[in-house]
Amino acid sequence: MSLDPAAIDHLARLARLALDPADRARLGADLGRTVAMMDALQQIDVDGVEPLAQPHPLPAGLRPDAVTETDASEALLALSGASHGGYYLVPRVIE
Amino acid sequence: MRPLGRLDTVAGALAALRQGEVGASALAERALARAAEHAALNALVTSSPERAFAAASAAAGSTGALAGIPFVHKDLFCTAGLRTTCASKILDGFVPPYDATVAERLDRAGAVLVGKANMDEFAMGSSNENSAFGPARNPWDVARVPGGSSGGSAALVAAGVVPFATGSDTGGSVRQPAALCGITGLKPTYGRVSRHGMIAYASSLDQAGVLAHTAEDCAHVLAAIAGADPRDATCSARPVDDYVGALGAGVAGLRIGVVAQFFGDGIDPAVAASAREALAALEAAGAVLVDVSLPTLPLSIPAYYVLAPAEASSNLARYDGVRYGHRAEPVADLAELYARSRAEGFGTEVKRRILAGTYVLSAGYYDAYYRRAQRVRRLIADDFARAFESVDLLAGPTTPGTAFRLGEKTDDPLAMYAADVNTVAVNLAGLPAVSLPAPHVGGLPTGLQLIGPAFGEARLLATGHALQQRTDWHAVLPGGGA
Repeated sequence: MSLDPAAIDHLARLARLALDPADRARLGADLGRTVAMMDALQQIDVDGVEPLAQPHPLPAGLRPDAVTETDASEALLALSGASHGGYYLVPRVIE
Repeated sequence: MRPLGRLDTVAGALAALRQGEVGASALAERALARAAEHAALNALVTSSPERAFAAASAAAGSTGALAGIPFVHKDLFCTAGLRTTCASKILDGFVPPYDATVAERLDRAGAVLVGKANMDEFAMGSSNENSAFGPARNPWDVARVPGGSSGGSAALVAAGVVPFATGSDTGGSVRQPAALCGITGLKPTYGRVSRHGMIAYASSLDQAGVLAHTAEDCAHVLAAIAGADPRDATCSARPVDDYVGALGAGVAGLRIGVVAQFFGDGIDPAVAASAREALAALEAAGAVLVDVSLPTLPLSIPAYYVLAPAEASSNLARYDGVRYGHRAEPVADLAELYARSRAEGFGTEVKRRILAGTYVLSAGYYDAYYRRAQRVRRLIADDFARAFESVDLLAGPTTPGTAFRLGEKTDDPLAMYAADVNTVAVNLAGLPAVSLPAPHVGGLPTGLQLIGPAFGEARLLATGHALQQRTDWHAVLPGGGA
């Protein structure tokens, strides 16, 4: 079983991934087989079972509302391929 | 083969340093020289000699618990000022402005970072073949994989380059390479060690771990890195046990559940026999072996391969080409910047998991796959909880086979996933586990996996220590010479 090209294109769009034709064929076939493997879960009776999202309860309570980090905007912006005047630069979004 | 030397271990090197037999700088030099000798393993992706010698000098006056001990980080722990790649092109050129908590704590303990280790890209893989730097190799046979995803870490410890390495374990990524390389690998309880600055793969499963030759060495390192961290809300506030002090607890009367499913279909009978031989040694030391069944264990692979990719697809959304890492040029618009930066930056397995995760979270499939997998996860965790009502630890072989050949499984992702059959359930349940060297099969290492109840690391390590006091499967290194 392979996922059809339209379904793969839809997923790639949701995931913001540009796929070339070879990738699309290969990953579509792999995903089809992976989904078939996941289908083992459909055979299990899970009625009334609460989903488990985290293995252990998260610690209760909050940190004090205090500023602990200094301004690192310069160091962080320096990691970007394109920034200017304290902002990240991106291609034109609005025509 | 050569015997494990005193300076190959954390405990041995600490004693040698304390007695003035060797200095921290000499140990750093030794590690860097060995890394160069073993360059063919392709296990080290970044070497940091200047930083190492500076840390070694500082260690001379340090009272830190690991002062002067050389080590490597898996290259997903952020190290301020030292590039951190996650073995991905998308983090090309990324130099973190901050340290991971694990990195900060090891620095504070006086440990000496000599470099960053190869791994599967974003910790996704079981062979270290999914790396932008190319595969790391197994020091026992360079035609074979070291396991993954902490493959470089395991190879460097196994080859005697460094006494210990950090790793991370989301579905077996510390334990499986430890088993395939013949060393000890500890995956602590979910929440025992801070994940701040440890680049995320699947946040409800990820946990930092330790690779070393012995359980004793793992105890020394865990003691330095475990404990609450205000920067990681999932990190437990529970007090840290005295892992080193508890090492001598012994195994008299300890009840070990031998899990039938861990010895099931697809497990190489010779590897299963090795695990049984190691268990027999524990029995001879006073442990009681009990047959145990975890009926939902076979569901752990499908549940894991729904949940982990789902979380990964969300975590990896941050790699957008804008803020750091690879940026595609030129592009027509923002959508193309995202799509092309990600396409050019991510490797095939990462794309595979992002698409699988996107699929199980997308409209119409969320309940059928993601929610259902979370329910099955509960059943698996409940199975473990029931088992721990009657036994102290659970056991089985860590992996279904010995190290496989490079390229053997790269065309068949499902075969690669299936090799995680004995490790992923532990992550789904958030439990601690250790892989201990067991007798070799065909000249290749194997591992015995012991699993404990949540926060049971002290007993796990004491049991490993008891085994290693009586056997020498951990006490050999590949190759000749000294």
